[in-house]
Amino acid sequence: MVESKHKWKAWLYLAPAIILLIVFTVWPIINTVRMAFLEGYNQTAVVGGATYSFGIGNFTKVLEYKGFLTCLGNTMLLCVLTVPLSTILALLIAVCLNAIKPLQRLLQTIFFLPYVTNSIAIGMVFAAMFNMVGTAFGGENELIITSGIINNIIEFFGGVPINWINSGSSYAANMVVMVVYIVWNALPFKILILLGGLQSINKQYYDAAKVDGTPGWRVFSRITVPLLSPMLAYVVITGFIGGFKEYSSIVGIFGEDMGPAGEPGKLNTMVGFIYDSLVTQQGRASAAALILFGIIFVVTMLNMYVSKKKTHY
Amino acid sequence: MKVELQNLTKIFPSRNKKSGEEVIAVNNFTFTIPDGKLIGLLGPSGCGKSTTLYMISGLQKPSGGKIFFGDDDVTELAAENRGVGLVFQNYALYPHMTVKQNILFPLQNLKGADKLSKDEMLDRAYNAAKLVQIDELMDRKPSELSGGQQQRVAIARALVKMPKVLLLDEPLSNLDARLRLQTREEIRRIQKETGITTIFVTHDQEEAMSISDMIVVMKLGVVQQIGKPQEVYDDPTNLFVAKFLGTPPINVFEGEVKGEKLYIGDAAVLDVAGVDDQPVTVGIRPEGFVLDPDGPLTCNLNSVEVMGRDVSVVSTHAASVNPTVRSIIDADNQVATGATVRYSLKPHKVFLFSKADESRIYFGVKSDG
Repeated sequence: MVESKHKWKAWLYLAPAIILLIVFTVWPIINTVRMAFLEGYNQTAVVGGATYSFGIGNFTKVLEYKGFLTCLGNTMLLCVLTVPLSTILALLIAVCLNAIKPLQRLLQTIFFLPYVTNSIAIGMVFAAMFNMVGTAFGGENELIITSGIINNIIEFFGGVPINWINSGSSYAANMVVMVVYIVWNALPFKILILLGGLQSINKQYYDAAKVDGTPGWRVFSRITVPLLSPMLAYVVITGFIGGFKEYSSIVGIFGEDMGPAGEPGKLNTMVGFIYDSLVTQQGRASAAALILFGIIFVVTMLNMYVSKKKTHY
Repeated sequence: MKVELQNLTKIFPSRNKKSGEEVIAVNNFTFTIPDGKLIGLLGPSGCGKSTTLYMISGLQKPSGGKIFFGDDDVTELAAENRGVGLVFQNYALYPHMTVKQNILFPLQNLKGADKLSKDEMLDRAYNAAKLVQIDELMDRKPSELSGGQQQRVAIARALVKMPKVLLLDEPLSNLDARLRLQTREEIRRIQKETGITTIFVTHDQEEAMSISDMIVVMKLGVVQQIGKPQEVYDDPTNLFVAKFLGTPPINVFEGEVKGEKLYIGDAAVLDVAGVDDQPVTVGIRPEGFVLDPDGPLTCNLNSVEVMGRDVSVVSTHAASVNPTVRSIIDADNQVATGATVRYSLKPHKVFLFSKADESRIYFGVKSDG
């Protein structure tokens, strides 16, 4: 073989990537593990000469911390709500898109737009849409009351405006907004993958089904979904991984307080918790990051196990 | 079930809108397929044979003409309501289902009065599987089967709902040579056992000739000839049909008729009664040559290929359209190994075609012994 002769050349070509990976990925991971197991580790104190003993105190502290359980609960709930919902919606949209000939390209582009738009910007638009009352605007005495478009629509149909995200809003209302936003944001990628999958299914299966007089729903459930199952599995697995890392969407709507005015942290997530701890409590942040990693790992394994049984490759 | 095609036409609109040229895939096809027969649609690729098949299946809508199953006009009927069984070229077996599930699938679609109980479905699936001899593979996935086995599953799936008409699109093209031979006999056997009117499409003339009750030869959407395989072979209506049927292919010469004699080059090779003087294209079947030291047709000998049962003599002739002239003669004959070989011709293996439109020119054979 040629490779044995010029092994050093191969390493040379790989070197830039390997060096960057070591510096920015491998070492930080190792360092995270190290910091997680140093009791009450604090970076600034290290500079001052502090030393830390080895132990699992960071983990127990994280688990005992009440805010952490809120974050974990919020994250789990968002995952469980958004992943199935966005997957089913994406599947329906992809199937519909695949079924039409005219405007397919245009609609495909429109559905893909959220993917290339900044999620913070989208979050701010959503925040405006779900607004309850306006803000003080302009000069001292000028108070312009604006209702968000969603409440305008509700009022138009004779409903009572709902306090979605403002001060005093309910947890359920907050969650509805988050789920709508995250699902909408997650759709384009999923539609893209599923549409690609649909277009690669051999048309003859559908011809064969047609000749055999198969009703539409049966074609969908017995042919389309099974043949699309590898893509569905991929979309669900990456959806859960993304869902557990949910953070910027909440910042986009509620700001860095991670909750409606007056209730900071109400909608905080795992990643949010890690961020908050990062400034003064790197040990705790590292421990939380490892816990998050563990959860994602287990859930992904579970997903893979289920999909292996249900997926036809 | 008798299948009747009346002026069946399929026109595909042009892809290039500016030129506006339409493609006539099938042009005015009229033919009645008798009940319980095996029909081969034969032609080179692009001749419209598959389009015809798909129009009969209902997957494609004809641009004109009518299709009857028995006395029922099914032209406007959707594929699912026609009751046809269709076997696709690459079988289109559902890859995620086992053989059993694949065969059961059409039965599970039956509605209303036709609805079957689970046991009845299994019964019929196993009967269909037995017919094509795959009843031992019922729990395998298609990917675990050989090409020939997949083919059988596809046929079983098409047969299980007891179709009025069975359609096969290039059923043998994905099989290797040996399997092809075996499978075509198998298709013949299954068709005979079930008595279902069967139409299959092929570009392989040998395949079509060997198992069909009747063959339809098509070219560029136009039917050239319909008939029993042997009749079409022995009596082609035009040069295309003559060239398309037969292996090795027919030998084609430039010739001329003068005074009711056929000349190839300078030699008068055959008496052709009743033909006006004109230049003609001459087709001579390989088996139409007889070795004859005094024969009128002299060719330059290239090589002699011994094939056991018979001998193939490869030679050249200045007037031949093909690069070589290939004749097949009985192995008992000794082929002289000289520079030339001389033949006389069997008149019924010689066909004359008009130079103008390649149509057949019939001639009378003198019956002088």
